[in-house]
Amino acid sequence: MASLNARAMLVSLVILLVLGGLWEALNQPPPASKQLTEYELMMGAADQQARVPPPSKVLAHAWKELSNPFYDAGPNDKGIGIQLAYSLYRVITGFVAAALVAIPLGFVIGMSPLMHRALNPFIQVLRPISPLAWMPLALFVIRDSEQSAIFVIFICSIWPMLINTAFGVANVRSDWVNVARTHELSQLQTAFQVILPAAAPTILTGMRISIGIAWLVIVAAEMLVGGTGIGYYVWNEWNNLDLNSVIFSILMIGIIGMLLDMALGTVAKLVEYEE
Amino acid sequence: MSKHFVRVEGLSKVYPSKQKDTVVFEDVNIGIDKGEFVCIIGHSGCGKSTILNVLAGLDEPTLGVVTMDEKEVSGPSLDRGVVFQNYSLLPWLNTLENVNFGVKARFRDWNSKQVAEHSSKFLAMVGLSEALTKKPSELSGGMRQRVSIARAFATSPKLLLLDEPFGALDALTRGVIQDELIKIWGETQQTVFMITHDVDEAILLADRILLMSNGPNARVAESVVIDIPRPRNRANIIEDPHYYKIRNHLVNFLINRSSDELPSADGEGGVTLSVNPARQEIFKKTNESIKAIAAN
Ligand SMILES: Nc1ncnc2c1ncn2[C@@H]1O[C@H](COP(=O)(O)OP(=O)(O)O)[C@@H](O)[C@H]1O
Ligand SMILES: [Mg+2]
Repeated sequence: MASLNARAMLVSLVILLVLGGLWEALNQPPPASKQLTEYELMMGAADQQARVPPPSKVLAHAWKELSNPFYDAGPNDKGIGIQLAYSLYRVITGFVAAALVAIPLGFVIGMSPLMHRALNPFIQVLRPISPLAWMPLALFVIRDSEQSAIFVIFICSIWPMLINTAFGVANVRSDWVNVARTHELSQLQTAFQVILPAAAPTILTGMRISIGIAWLVIVAAEMLVGGTGIGYYVWNEWNNLDLNSVIFSILMIGIIGMLLDMALGTVAKLVEYEE
Repeated sequence: MSKHFVRVEGLSKVYPSKQKDTVVFEDVNIGIDKGEFVCIIGHSGCGKSTILNVLAGLDEPTLGVVTMDEKEVSGPSLDRGVVFQNYSLLPWLNTLENVNFGVKARFRDWNSKQVAEHSSKFLAMVGLSEALTKKPSELSGGMRQRVSIARAFATSPKLLLLDEPFGALDALTRGVIQDELIKIWGETQQTVFMITHDVDEAILLADRILLMSNGPNARVAESVVIDIPRPRNRANIIEDPHYYKIRNHLVNFLINRSSDELPSADGEGGVTLSVNPARQEIFKKTNESIKAIAAN
């Protein structure tokens, strides 16, 4: 009997083949019955019915794109690698900035009941705001679409990290804090040697949620501001009616999102502990 | 109450509430000499842990003062090491790192090699040299408590506070660790204040046992001197003719008298049961010869 992992992989493969096969079979163009004029072809007469490109086409397209991901042929024609790099740059910049604010602030809120109560109303009001709702204001104040996108990522990344950090810090077992106290650790030493490692798994969970949301939001934000990035790319290819590219970029968005989560998952494993 | 190393005077703990204040204990007086091993026994809820936490500086009394070395206790200090019932090891650190944590805090100018050597020495005393890189989650309860004890002794506090350190362990493991505690205590001559609910454990370890009456309004009702000669171990102690006399007295107190309205004892000196001068003389001699042997 193969291991559970091996069997699960087999099932995944079967599901992939079945779904891919169905998709392929249901989306074949009808056999051309007669020779069409170039004009008819241009008007789409060959294919009255809108049809999603089959996986074979998408894969062929993906191969082509991925074999030269970083070409740059002007503002409307850049390789997928360049577009993803733009998006990643924005997400990571916004996310890191958010972490630099949220984690220390979360410590303050978690350690001080006064600050918790004082800041809670702001958090409760600001948190439910859709990050994209900030965009017009950001554009007006910052006057730069690039930085506005980063700001939107910043604002949407901040809440899960802030709330998880505060929760993790506030719920560090009092026994461990007492260990710090009986060893005469200063506030700062206690924060770094006891509270940070104790709360790290909870903080990392917040960071994973944040990066997930940031990656969701960047696509929408780039559709809005345009110019560069994977979100802009999807929308641009839609305008070009290039569905091959649209599906291909959807897949790439999924894969990059998964990789981002896996990266933070690896870090989370490092700080995990068992009681 | 004068010359004692640790003095607890007029200690009370009251939890105020709208209906009726809860007086957990009141007018508790304890004196502990340097190098003395004092156990405190009482029924659950009478406030033993609260007293210990006040001694540690982790909790504050409603009334009364605690002084150690003529200085008032007003907060936690490295001079008072605490071993909690639930071990309180930091789960993200391994055995050696947990002890290093204490040693580094104590000896701040040591380099990491000195710290590790010192920690290893104390871990060896509790037989954990083989488990240095294990995380607490990979250790049994007994092993965790050993780490915790090693950490406390390695910081050489002036007063060691133990809150039912063996309460969660099975009888066999408990016995082994008790022997280790006796050994390590014999080597370091620590002053120890320990809570236990196990009468035999108290007789085995203590120079003196404090008996608390039941709460609310609990008090330290009696102080019983244990004059069984040292070194003691679990095998030879029950052969001592004095053993059952003490044991019966303690059990009788816990079962029959602890719920009575008892006056506060002064929690020092205290009754020695049936002091027989001839016996005391023998004890003294054996003790001296043991010391002489140990000195050689
Ligand atoms: N916040 C509180 N309000 C009222 N009573 C309390 C509070 N905290 C502890 N107590 C009481 O204090 C008593 C002493 O507890 P503790 O020192 O843990 O006892 P022990 O260690 O002897 O079992 C308990 O009876 C408990 O009910
Ligand atoms: Mg207790």
